[in-house]
Amino acid sequence: MTAVSQANAQLQQANAANLDAHSSEFLVFSLGEEEYAVDILKVQEIRGYENVTRIANAPDFIKGVTNLRGVIVPIVDLRIKFHLDNIEYGGQTVVIVVNVGERVVGIVVDGVSDVMTLSPDQIKPAPEFGVTMSSDYLSGLGSLEDRMLVLVDIDKLLTSEEMALVDKTTH
Amino acid sequence: MDITDFYDTFFEEAEELLGDMERLLLELDVDEPDAEELNAIFRAAHSIKGGAGTFGFLVLQETTHILENLLDHTRRGELTLRRDIVDTFLEAKDMLHDQLNAYRNGEEPDQEAFERICKTLKQMALDELGGGGGENAPETKPAPTPEPVEESGTTAAADDESNAGQEATLCVALLNVAEKDRGLLVEELEQLGSVIEQQGDDKRYEVTLKTGVSGEDIEAVMCFIIDDEQLEITTAKASNQESAASSADKKIDEPEQAAEPDEAIAAESVSAAKVETSAPPEASAPTKAAKAQGKPQGGKAKNGSGESSLRVPVDKVDQIINLVGELIITQSMLDQTASEIDGITHTALHNGLNLLQRNARDLQEAVMSIRMMPMDYVFSRFPRLVRDLADKLEKDVELVTEGKSTELDKSLIERIIDPLTHLVRNSLDHGIESPDVREAKGKPRGGKLTLSAQHQGGNILIEVIDDGAGLNRAKLLAKAESNGLAVSDSMSDDEVWQLIFAPGFSTAEQVSDVSGRGVGMDVVKRNIQAMGGHVEILSREGQGTTTRIVLPLTLAILDGMSIKVGQEVFILPLGTVLESLQPSRDDLYTMAGSDQLLKVRDEYLPVIALHQVLDIDGARTELTECIVVIVQGEGRRYALMVDDLIGQQQVVVKNLETNYRKVPGISAATILGDGSVALILDIADLHRLSRRKTGQASHNSTKPTQEVLTS
Repeated sequence: MTAVSQANAQLQQANAANLDAHSSEFLVFSLGEEEYAVDILKVQEIRGYENVTRIANAPDFIKGVTNLRGVIVPIVDLRIKFHLDNIEYGGQTVVIVVNVGERVVGIVVDGVSDVMTLSPDQIKPAPEFGVTMSSDYLSGLGSLEDRMLVLVDIDKLLTSEEMALVDKTTH
Repeated sequence: MDITDFYDTFFEEAEELLGDMERLLLELDVDEPDAEELNAIFRAAHSIKGGAGTFGFLVLQETTHILENLLDHTRRGELTLRRDIVDTFLEAKDMLHDQLNAYRNGEEPDQEAFERICKTLKQMALDELGGGGGENAPETKPAPTPEPVEESGTTAAADDESNAGQEATLCVALLNVAEKDRGLLVEELEQLGSVIEQQGDDKRYEVTLKTGVSGEDIEAVMCFIIDDEQLEITTAKASNQESAASSADKKIDEPEQAAEPDEAIAAESVSAAKVETSAPPEASAPTKAAKAQGKPQGGKAKNGSGESSLRVPVDKVDQIINLVGELIITQSMLDQTASEIDGITHTALHNGLNLLQRNARDLQEAVMSIRMMPMDYVFSRFPRLVRDLADKLEKDVELVTEGKSTELDKSLIERIIDPLTHLVRNSLDHGIESPDVREAKGKPRGGKLTLSAQHQGGNILIEVIDDGAGLNRAKLLAKAESNGLAVSDSMSDDEVWQLIFAPGFSTAEQVSDVSGRGVGMDVVKRNIQAMGGHVEILSREGQGTTTRIVLPLTLAILDGMSIKVGQEVFILPLGTVLESLQPSRDDLYTMAGSDQLLKVRDEYLPVIALHQVLDIDGARTELTECIVVIVQGEGRRYALMVDDLIGQQQVVVKNLETNYRKVPGISAATILGDGSVALILDIADLHRLSRRKTGQASHNSTKPTQEVLTS
């Protein structure tokens, strides 16, 4: 699991550096050919995809639950949620464990590439999106030379009703 | 430090003191009150008053003051106790509790209620004491019947009783008390008696006080502000150095008094020693222990024999329990790995692992026991309830509690209170007959209600036993019929008794405000089931009813049976499993085409296929190749179709809702020895889920079912 340990090392570095207040840091991950990013402060750790127990009668993008050092954590596959093709589970498949409010959730992605610092002028407002992903769940688009990062508002995304991670009554 | 920092300590202590007060009032023998108990009640009131005054809780102080005066007259024997007086005292105690809660929430207490209780108490003082409820009391005769309690101090106690009535000159020394606290303390002392003289510096400040109050009482008031060590009370003129020296010997001589405060022991002179013995040991010991808990710096540990305890937030305990759970899981993971290693060449490793297993289990047991609380916590609130209710219903009921020290998990103990209260109310209202009726039936006029708790295996049995009328079979059946429930005369007694748990069921002829509206028993049953337990009823007409609650000892660990369906492992709570068997084709019947029934000993049980309900691929679908587990949940029995039984094991219950949500058919999760997660099935919910699913399936289209039938 070298990919994972590398990513974790990066994560630690990034957390330690914790740069000046205006620019923020993002963890960049890939879903298929697209690059996405989440606020690094939301990320708890990165681990491999293994030992997930399926939950019956749950939506298909909820892969199940796993044991994270004694805590039962649900695992969501964003690739299924975003209707990507070629969903495979291999050595590069990575789970980003994020803290959303009081909850801990793991999201499955194709890979984690790097940690990026974006200054406010590099963050463009998100356009009105189409069908699969409402722009409510985006905090903007990051432009970095010729790359475009989709900045995901992970709080809003994971607590949204369509993710079915939270009981309707509790939020 | 701000004085508000001490508020919480005061609230906690006052709460405990009120609890003591109520307990003592209830235990009090009205005709022949025990002098020690009266003293203890008085002291509780007095301590609360002192604290309330210090913190500026005026309403509380005023109320306690009036109550305290009355209690003072009572303990002096000037006011003869009657049952209604005790009732008023109890009412006043409730009022104090309300006031305390109001202050705790940062509100002012209800002024109207305050005035009402003051008026009641003052009126009582006037009526009972003939207007002499003033301060001249100390001059009157000493208490007439001081009951000698301790063999050690027969004469001393009697002496002291008179001593308490007279004014003594006490020297109160405050050690290392800052000036601003000192002001408060002196003011406090002025309320207790007349200050003759005061002098000294921060290090040692002496106040000479002429007072009728004992040293013990002064100390009880002061302890809200300063630590016990900072206070030294001696009778005036006693030499301090001498007393300090002799106090050490005293401690060794009198180990049973080790829990007594240092300063009281330090008082050397004869009369001061008497002050100490006048303290009823059984009453002062718990209060002292409570104070020590609140103040870790109290330094009581050196006194050894006293019960010492710690107040710890529940979160911390839960965290430890979680960690130990992790340890157990890791240990079983290691075990599994080691079982694949050759045992002969790695003997040391195996021995070490065995030791680890034993230690881990011991640790787990020890940690779980932290969460355990004695049932006394629950039972102690019933004497008052029974007394009030019996009065209201004009019945004569004696309450007996057994097994008070039986321990139960804290989370369960809090949830058992409501159901148990309900059962006790029911027993009093419907069970135990009025005295006249009882006499006519040839029973003693007074009824008896027993609350008992005991361990049995991994369960705790809590019983509410009354010797009342018992359940009336004919009446129950008639009522059930009129409610539209399916009943027949051939039903067994057990089944008939279970009818009272049906929603909206009540046989009470009259709805009283105690019970009888029929909303109770089904709620009781649901609550108990939510805790993983069940309720049984044993009853014999004319002789009484026993309601038995069976609960698991703890919710954190579950005895489970692991089963396999396809490649997935699930846990069944062992308590719901009745038996398992391999069905034969002859015992299978179908109903309405698709529903399968299994005949087990003349009973037709619906079959629920787990792989269908939970959409599991690769499971065996032919019933005769599977194993069925007969389970029971919420009174329903059915056969659960599974592939394999793996075995029994204890599992640590993990909440699924912490990070996810409620899953239909699943109650919680656990972690298996290999580190993977297994889901714990919710038997009752699974039945509902299965009904929903098959309902949907047949609703969607009838065609597929037809195909299945023809194929």
